Amino acid sequence: MENNQWFTISVYSENNVGLLNRISGIFLKRHINIESLNVSKSEIDNVSKFTIVIYTTDTWVHNIVGQIEKQIEVIKAFYHTDDETIYQESALFKIASDLLFDERQIQNIIKESNAQIVTVARDFFVLAKSGRRFEIDDMYEQLKPFGIMQFVRSGRISVTKDEMQISALLREFQYN
Amino acid sequence: METLKERKTITKKNEAIKISGAEAIIHCLLAEGVDLLYGYPGGAIMPVYDELYKFQDRLTHILTRHEQGATHAAQGYARVSEKVGVAMATSGPGATNLVTGLADAQIDSTPMVCITGQVPRHLLGSDAFQETDIIGISTPVTKWNYQITKASEIPEIIAKAFYIAKSGRPGPVLIDITKNAQFDEFEFSYKKCEAVRSYNPTPKPNMELIKAAGKLINEAKKPLIVWGQGVILGKAEKELKALVEKTGIPAAWTIMGASALETEHPLNVGMVGMHGNYGPNILTNECDVLIAIGMRFDDRVTGRLEDYARQAKVIHFEIDPAEINKNVHADIPVLGNSKETLSLLLPLVNSNSHEAWHNVFKEKYQIEFDTVIKKDIHPTKDGLTMGEVIEEINIATEHKAAIVTDVGQHQMIACRYAKFKETKSNITSGGLGTMGFALPAAIGAKMGAMDREVVAVIGDGGYQMTIQELGVIFQHNIPVKIVVLNNDHLGMVRQWQELFFDKRYASTVMVNPDFVKIAEGYHIEAKSVSERKDLKAAVQEMIASDKPYFLEVKVEKEDNVFPMIPSGAAVSEIRLK
Repeated sequence: MENNQWFTISVYSENNVGLLNRISGIFLKRHINIESLNVSKSEIDNVSKFTIVIYTTDTWVHNIVGQIEKQIEVIKAFYHTDDETIYQESALFKIASDLLFDERQIQNIIKESNAQIVTVARDFFVLAKSGRRFEIDDMYEQLKPFGIMQFVRSGRISVTKDEMQISALLREFQYN
Repeated sequence: METLKERKTITKKNEAIKISGAEAIIHCLLAEGVDLLYGYPGGAIMPVYDELYKFQDRLTHILTRHEQGATHAAQGYARVSEKVGVAMATSGPGATNLVTGLADAQIDSTPMVCITGQVPRHLLGSDAFQETDIIGISTPVTKWNYQITKASEIPEIIAKAFYIAKSGRPGPVLIDITKNAQFDEFEFSYKKCEAVRSYNPTPKPNMELIKAAGKLINEAKKPLIVWGQGVILGKAEKELKALVEKTGIPAAWTIMGASALETEHPLNVGMVGMHGNYGPNILTNECDVLIAIGMRFDDRVTGRLEDYARQAKVIHFEIDPAEINKNVHADIPVLGNSKETLSLLLPLVNSNSHEAWHNVFKEKYQIEFDTVIKKDIHPTKDGLTMGEVIEEINIATEHKAAIVTDVGQHQMIACRYAKFKETKSNITSGGLGTMGFALPAAIGAKMGAMDREVVAVIGDGGYQMTIQELGVIFQHNIPVKIVVLNNDHLGMVRQWQELFFDKRYASTVMVNPDFVKIAEGYHIEAKSVSERKDLKAAVQEMIASDKPYFLEVKVEKEDNVFPMIPSGAAVSEIRLK
């Protein structure tokens, strides 16, 4: 049996209504849960980039990426292991303002975690933290005893260490 | 005011005057060479039907009795011709009724364009009358789909739809058009689509891999070719034949590939898969090089994957990169159109005969003939067999007919015993296994190849799933020959119940109507036979008729189809009884 591992799939595509549905359907068909999904613009004008994280086997991710790439509006799709990418997630923590003054420990957590204070209002303040999943989880655990009013974490975003082989192809598009 | 006649010349003059979206759709279809479509009207597609009325001298619309029938007819039409099948329906239930046909066309790579009406743009998402999210519903079963909400999008999107449907590995495309886009007027001009930047339909062949394939083939002692529909879709029948004849390699086929090489060609060793021939199945696990051409290693072909051709080096000729290493590892994957890649391979392979290896196939055939085929085709028992009916059709049609089959025992028997001389002659629902496919598909097949004899062979179960399409056959006097092999059972499910569910026949006994009377109700000449002495004459009479004809053959109720690779078994574990 092949082992499951984390893969980051990068999909370069046209920015069309319905494509997200088409791509997510490929995971649904194989009963695979998408662990995280992020859609943004890419380094190429008018080309979107999906960053999808899944936990599966090498064979399955190969097949899935083949089926994603086959979709008409997908320009190119790749998959990488964690070793091959630089990746991060972002999180926002909303916390009651009085805690900042009553609980000295919170200030230490902010300093040690390299979190940023995004805003401070009379009733609450907001911390932003970017990093690996475990760093955000650590910070969450540390803040939890004091009470977190709201928490949200983004999908993974990543870039590859090696050049994406797509770059030349995409550059051609740019000049078309 | 311009007259209707003047308006009809618009595509010829190609000047941009304002027309409605609905009229534009007609001009797009005409520009794509469509002269026939199947469909069913309704509220959200009425503006297009109004234009179809005006253009009926140039574009024939066949009213099927159910939208599913429209899709299968369009599929049958596409499968015998080299054209794209077109089906049209209204929104809501009209659109959802297309889903089975779309799924069938998707898995069997059939080029089809479906056009659906949709509620007006401003009502989208409001749960309007007959509104359904057909884009969401059809996404997993289409090669591409798109919702048009502005009239001006129509030419570009329809051009793209036809290009995508027929290029590369073909497939179905659905275009959903809101009613406002059908009514609105815009300046029409049409340009055929020749490329989509994010879509590479036909990968360029890699000469190094083709050379490697040639070398492996030349060194092989026991090579086996298994070809699929990719040979037909790639129009590579001649190249396949040349390859087989030059190399002397035994060649077997999947049901979707049947008829690409004539059945009686000496190097054609028969069908692979669950009910395929004994030799090619068992020898798949003895060959040293497996040359797969335009086939996708469906589980009905491979049986248990872990024990499929493990000893062999695999060369996979394939147009769709997603099929490479999907089910079976390819030692040499050769991407590209099969006509192109086989042409490049041909000069690189040596002449050979593989005589000893052929003799092994002959021995296996003899075993299968003695235990299975003889009883199927020349039975000595009282009850009629499906196999002898197919054999009578072979004789009466001189192997020239296109045989359209449904799904189940009759389908497997027809695929096993029908003899083909011409390509595109085996029209069946292979991947999806859609009961109800055959009757409407036969209508489309006949209309797509009017000069050919088209014989639909259908079971009593599947026949009743789309039996209403007899109305189309009657209305348009379409001379298809319909043979229902009636065993008063859902035969294949009954066979599985007998073999694997201790004969618990749950819901497989069919209580059938008088099929002859039903056909006669549609004014179709009809006959029923139940005895061997009447069979030959009945089949001959049916084939001799130049009109639609219905023949019921009451066959043995509890016959089984053998050989059989039980579900989950290896190809080499094929059972002869």
